[in-house]
Amino acid sequence: MDSDAAIIRTTALTKIYAASNGQRAPVPAVDHLDLEVRQGEIFGLLGPNGAGKTTTIGMLTTRVIPTSGEAWVGGIDVVAEPARAKQLIGVVTQTNTLDRSLNVYENLYFHGRYFGMSAKDARAESVALLERFHLADRAEADVVALSGGMAQRLMVARAIMHRPAVLFLDEPTAGLDPQSRLSLWEAVHDLNASGQTVLLTTHYMEEADQLCQRLAIMDHGHILALDTPGALKRSVDADTIVTVHAGDRTDELADVLGRVDGVVSAETAAGAVQVNLRGTSRGLLPRIITAADAAGIDVEDLSVAEPTLETVFISLTGKELRD
Amino acid sequence: MTEIAEAPIVVTDARPKSQASRDAFVALLLRDVTVLRKEMGMFLGRTIMQPLLLIFVFTYVFPKIGQGIGGSGRAAEGFSTLLVGGVIASAMIFQGIQAVALPLVQDFGYTREIEDRVLAPLSVSALAFEKVVAGAVQAIIAGLVVFPLAFFIPANTVHLSIRPIYLITLFPLGALMSAALGLTVGTRVEPRQVPLVFSLLVIPMTFLGCVYYPWATLQNIAWLKWAIVVNPLVYLSEGLRLSMANGVPHMPVLAIYAAIIAFTALLLKWGIEGFRRRVLT
Repeated sequence: MDSDAAIIRTTALTKIYAASNGQRAPVPAVDHLDLEVRQGEIFGLLGPNGAGKTTTIGMLTTRVIPTSGEAWVGGIDVVAEPARAKQLIGVVTQTNTLDRSLNVYENLYFHGRYFGMSAKDARAESVALLERFHLADRAEADVVALSGGMAQRLMVARAIMHRPAVLFLDEPTAGLDPQSRLSLWEAVHDLNASGQTVLLTTHYMEEADQLCQRLAIMDHGHILALDTPGALKRSVDADTIVTVHAGDRTDELADVLGRVDGVVSAETAAGAVQVNLRGTSRGLLPRIITAADAAGIDVEDLSVAEPTLETVFISLTGKELRD
Repeated sequence: MTEIAEAPIVVTDARPKSQASRDAFVALLLRDVTVLRKEMGMFLGRTIMQPLLLIFVFTYVFPKIGQGIGGSGRAAEGFSTLLVGGVIASAMIFQGIQAVALPLVQDFGYTREIEDRVLAPLSVSALAFEKVVAGAVQAIIAGLVVFPLAFFIPANTVHLSIRPIYLITLFPLGALMSAALGLTVGTRVEPRQVPLVFSLLVIPMTFLGCVYYPWATLQNIAWLKWAIVVNPLVYLSEGLRLSMANGVPHMPVLAIYAAIIAFTALLLKWGIEGFRRRVLT
C-alpha cells in the first residue's frame, strides 16, 4: 500500500432507513456518497447532527448495511466481506461500548484475543497500551468507575490494539471536558504521526480545524465541499467576516449592506447578516452602521472575525453547524 | 500523551477469514467463561435455589410429614426418581435462557455494549452462535450442579439407572436447545420486557413441561397432553428421564430426539435472525 493510495473508497454509497411509524416517505441518511480517504491522513467528516456522518461510519465499519453503492476499506469490499474487513478497522463509537463485565486490563486483553493475538502477545500489548494511555494504575478497575476521559482513552487504546489500517472515531470528544478533549487530540495527532490513518466525524469546527488534514463538509447525506481546512476557509470569498444582528429584517438589511462601498457580498444566514469583506475593514464598520441606520434598521450586535469552518458551513448551507 | 509517537504503525494484513473467525470464536468463548468464573457465586445461587427448595419440600418434607404427592413408600420413591430428570431439565432450560437472554438486555441497552463484540472479525451469525454455545455451557453446568441435589436430598431412595448413550447425547443437545431459546427470547423480546418473560414464559413452561409428571400419565387430560407438545422442555424432561430413570414411562425415543433437534434448529434460526436484526441496521 503506497502512501497516496486510497485506503477507503466509496462509490454512490447510499443508506435509506425504513420509515418508522407515522413518518413520511423515507429520506436518505446518506445519498450517493463518493469518498476517498488516503493512507496516513486524518480525514474528517464535519457536519451537524443528522448530516449522515455516523451512518457513513456505520457503513464503513460493517454495522450499517448500505441500501446501495459500494465501499472498500483496505481493498476489501465491506458489504460483501464484513468479517474480513473487520480485521482492518478499529472503531471508537459515540457511546461507551466498553465491556462492563470485564475490568480495564481485560477489556484490552480480550480485544487482542478476538483479533487473533496469542495470550502472551495480548498480555504484553495490553500492559504497554495501559502505560501509553496513562491507565496503568487503573488496570484492575471496573470500567464503570472510569471518568469520561479515561473511558475514551481506553476505547482508543482498544481500537488501535490490533493495528487497524483505519481508525474510525465517531464524535470522539462529544461530552468530554476541555482538558480530556485536548489530551485526545494530542493522542490522535501522535497516532497519526506514527502512520495511523484516521477517519473522524465531528460537529465541532475547532476539532476539524485542529486535527484534520482533509475535510468533507456534510449535510443531509451529501458532501458539500471537500478540501484541506485552509483551502475551505479560503474558498469563502473574503478575509474578514462581519456578522450583523438586527432583529428579523435580515433580508432587507442584507440588501442594504450589499451596496455599501468595500463590501464583497452580504447574505442572510442563521438569523443574521453575514457581510464579507476583502482587504482592510478599516472604516467599514461605521459605514455599515450608518447604512443600516439610514434604512431605519437598528443594529443590535456586530462582530468581526476571520473566516472559520463555521463561516464556510454557513455560506454553504445558510445555517449554523449546531442547529 | 507525547510518547505515543513511537515506532511507525504496521498495519496488520487481513488473515484468512476462516482462521480469523475461529480465533475470534474461541476468544469470545474464553471471555464468556472468564465472566462466568467471576460471577460463579451468583450463577450457583440462581441455579441451585429453586431446584433445591423444590426437591427439599417435595421429596424430603412431604414424605416426612406424610403429605400427599406420590403417597408414601414405593409411590414416593417413584416420584423422587422421576423428579430427577425433570428438575435437571428445568434447571437447564432456566439457565440456558437466563445465560443468553439477560446479558443481551445490557448488550442491546442504551450504550450498545454489544458493538465491541460485533466488531470482532467474525460474522454476526457466528457471534450469535457463540452466545448460544456459551449459554449451553452454562446450562450443562447447571444440570451437573442440580444432579446431586436431586439424588441425595430425597428422604426416599432414588432409583437411577443411567443409560450413557442417551445421557451424553441429550445433555448437550438439550443445553443447546435451552440456550437457543435464550437467544430467541433475548433478541425477539424488547430488552425492557425480558424480565417479564420469566413470569410469562419460563414459569408456565416449567409447570407444563413434564417436570413433575411423565407425559404418558397425562392420558386422562388429553387436551393438555397434546397442548404441551409445543413446549420444548417436555422433550428434555422426558429425554433425561429416559436417560436415568428406568421404569418411568416416556415418549418414544425417536420423538424425543426429533423434537429436540427440530426445536434447536428452529430456535437457532429465529435467534440468529433476531440477533442480526438487532445488531445490523
